[in-house]
Amino acid sequence: MATPLVVSDVAKSFTMHLRDGVTLPVVAGVSFSIRAGECAVLGGPSGAGKSSILKMLYGNYAVDEGQIIVQHGDGLIDLASASPRTVLSVRRHTIGYVSQFLRTVPRVSALDVVAEPLVERGGDRETARAKARSLLAQLNLPEKLWALPPATFSGGEQQRVNIARGFITEHPILLLDEPTASLDARNRDVVVELIAAKKAAGVALLGIFHDLDVRDAVADRVIDVTAFAAGKIAA
Amino acid sequence: MNAQSTDIATYNFAYLDEQTKRMIRRAILKGIAIPGYQVPFASREMPMPYGWGTGGVQVTASIIGPDDVLKVIDQGADDTTNAVSIRAFFKKVAKVDVTTETAKATIIQTRHRIPEQPLTAGQVLVFQVPIPEPLRFLEPRETETRKMHALEEYGLMHVKLYEDIAKHGRIATTYAYPVKVEGRYVMDPSPTPKFDNPKMHRSPALQLFGAGREKRIYAVPPFTEVVSLDFEDHPFEVQTFDQPCALCGAENVYLDEVILDDHGGHMFVCSDTDHCEKRRADGHHGHLAPETHSASGKMEPAE
Amino acid sequence: MTDEPLLRVSALSKFYGSRVGCENVTFDLWPGEVLAVVGESGSGKTTLLNCLSTRLLPSSGTASYRMRDGQWRELYRMSEAERRFLMRTDWGFVHQNPADGLRMTVSAGANVGERLMAVGDRHYGRIRATAVDWLSRVEIDEDRIDDEPRAFSGGMRQRLQIARNLVTGPRLVFMDEPTGGLDVSVQARLLDLLRGLVTDLGLAAIVVTHDLAVARLLSQRMMVMKDGRVVESGLTDRVLDDPRAPYTQLLVSSILQV
Repeated sequence: MATPLVVSDVAKSFTMHLRDGVTLPVVAGVSFSIRAGECAVLGGPSGAGKSSILKMLYGNYAVDEGQIIVQHGDGLIDLASASPRTVLSVRRHTIGYVSQFLRTVPRVSALDVVAEPLVERGGDRETARAKARSLLAQLNLPEKLWALPPATFSGGEQQRVNIARGFITEHPILLLDEPTASLDARNRDVVVELIAAKKAAGVALLGIFHDLDVRDAVADRVIDVTAFAAGKIAA
Repeated sequence: MNAQSTDIATYNFAYLDEQTKRMIRRAILKGIAIPGYQVPFASREMPMPYGWGTGGVQVTASIIGPDDVLKVIDQGADDTTNAVSIRAFFKKVAKVDVTTETAKATIIQTRHRIPEQPLTAGQVLVFQVPIPEPLRFLEPRETETRKMHALEEYGLMHVKLYEDIAKHGRIATTYAYPVKVEGRYVMDPSPTPKFDNPKMHRSPALQLFGAGREKRIYAVPPFTEVVSLDFEDHPFEVQTFDQPCALCGAENVYLDEVILDDHGGHMFVCSDTDHCEKRRADGHHGHLAPETHSASGKMEPAE
Repeated sequence: MTDEPLLRVSALSKFYGSRVGCENVTFDLWPGEVLAVVGESGSGKTTLLNCLSTRLLPSSGTASYRMRDGQWRELYRMSEAERRFLMRTDWGFVHQNPADGLRMTVSAGANVGERLMAVGDRHYGRIRATAVDWLSRVEIDEDRIDDEPRAFSGGMRQRLQIARNLVTGPRLVFMDEPTGGLDVSVQARLLDLLRGLVTDLGLAAIVVTHDLAVARLLSQRMMVMKDGRVVESGLTDRVLDDPRAPYTQLLVSSILQV
């Protein structure tokens, strides 16, 4: 089976220049891989570096050491050392990301927020909107909200917009950062269904789930992040 | 052509000293070589205020010779103060013959008109110009307008015409209507009515422009392309008048409105007085023409 | 998207006597890419923008631009006529103060139409129709087309300036603090509009701003400048979420949270 994502010996620390250059180690020696059609879950207590790992995989955090090899198009690229332009291309075509919080743009409707990633990939705007509609309906977002900018939505409503935005594309790799945190049971179940559908479609998923029910429902395996605790190696 | 007189109180021929005339002639020659291009020159103080034709007078003084016959018109008329004084000036300082007849003149200095009678080869038309820079309306910086001329950036000229159409539904500019000379320089034809613009195109006469206060000379050599700027869907048009001249009955000439009384009575007559008088002498008359008329085409001998 | 950049800048420096304007700036800009240049006043970001837009000649370094015909041209070796032609066709420049980029005494329609007339459009009806279209795209009512920008609010003037610049379909737009001096609500509207136009038209843009929120919303890439030098550059969200340089960390930690 294909392995579109391979992480090897990745390390990350923060240097706080405003506090006399103190270095905060986050993770070190991070190594794992995700196969197509598999959903792996990062496990470990808060502060173990789960979110940081996800952000490095999305190019949102810089990587100090190691490699993140991604199957991008016909080739392999190392995301840890890729140029910003390559990272943008990877985000557009290969790696999708559902963040914890929706970063809204003033005056753009929920529907267009969801449709945008498809349009960015060169999709037709109306086709993208149609797909956005069906996803928002599946996630039980009231139709009267679709045309409104999500800035004023509740946490759960924003989260569903965010999930729809992340799931609308057919990225071969999908990163999920607590997508169900502020959802009720019914919508959690919808997310579980969506994840199952992605797995069936051969997408490699990596997520963080604090909700044990959801985690058990979607996880093929759990990657224990405490094994990568930077202190262990640094000490 | 130095003054021959032994009388120390007399002026040099045509008032200006010979060095100045040479300087101005060089500017004129450069202007002729680059049609429509504004040549800077060291404008002199003249014995008349700016705005009274100091630029035109300096050009005329620099080209006039003892054999020339001078005609001076002010808005088409030979008999207004400005025209009479300039004519008297050259009669005195250059001792040349002067005339009011377009055909007999070798040099015609004009303020804001081109005679109705077509000019011929060998004649020189000297325009008095107040503001030579056609781009000045929208771009106050001289450094910038010179650069725009140099780089042929004339989009701004059409902005002015665009504004006219947007505000008035048509190009409402009726005088100082910008032209492009020989496909290159955009030029202000001085505040002549746009009615006269077509007369500049491929005219057999040499046309010289002098701006005394602004210290610029420019020229349109004989048989030069002079095209009025316009839009495809708002083409250049000259003014038309819905009645002929009240005195001579001429059509397709430029008319002035003359107020007759305090009760709103008025008539439209030829702005070109010489043309009007000549027509009346030839027997044409309009609906307000008096029964008798005076003879026209006075030829005044030099003093 | 092509695999060739639009603009290549190499070791660009500008000195004012012994004082540094900007020093040793190198980057490539691709079609459709928005690059934010951030830093405080005096950091050299405006000097850099003026050098790139050839309003200022650098002391050393090169900048090459890929023309519409695919030819690479060295910007500082082009004649002034060519540079000015580029400036009013393939480029745009949005000034912080709209009065610097607009003709305040001619109508909004003429402001938008000027570039068209400059490149030879001589059909009034067509020019006006294009002006109407562009005014609507920047959300200015059609019935304001014959008003002078003097009668416009700050936000409208800025939108008019944008329309005036974009009417010839430029591929590269320089913006100097495009939202500076505007009310917050007006800023949001302008940013949203800019974001939409940049995406729809596939514009490349270099946006100078001291406002990190503006950079985050508009740009994909970012350069942080201090004392004339680039201290950090990269993906905008990476620079803002994981700032590495001491100065960037200071900038990011200085943002007021609402």
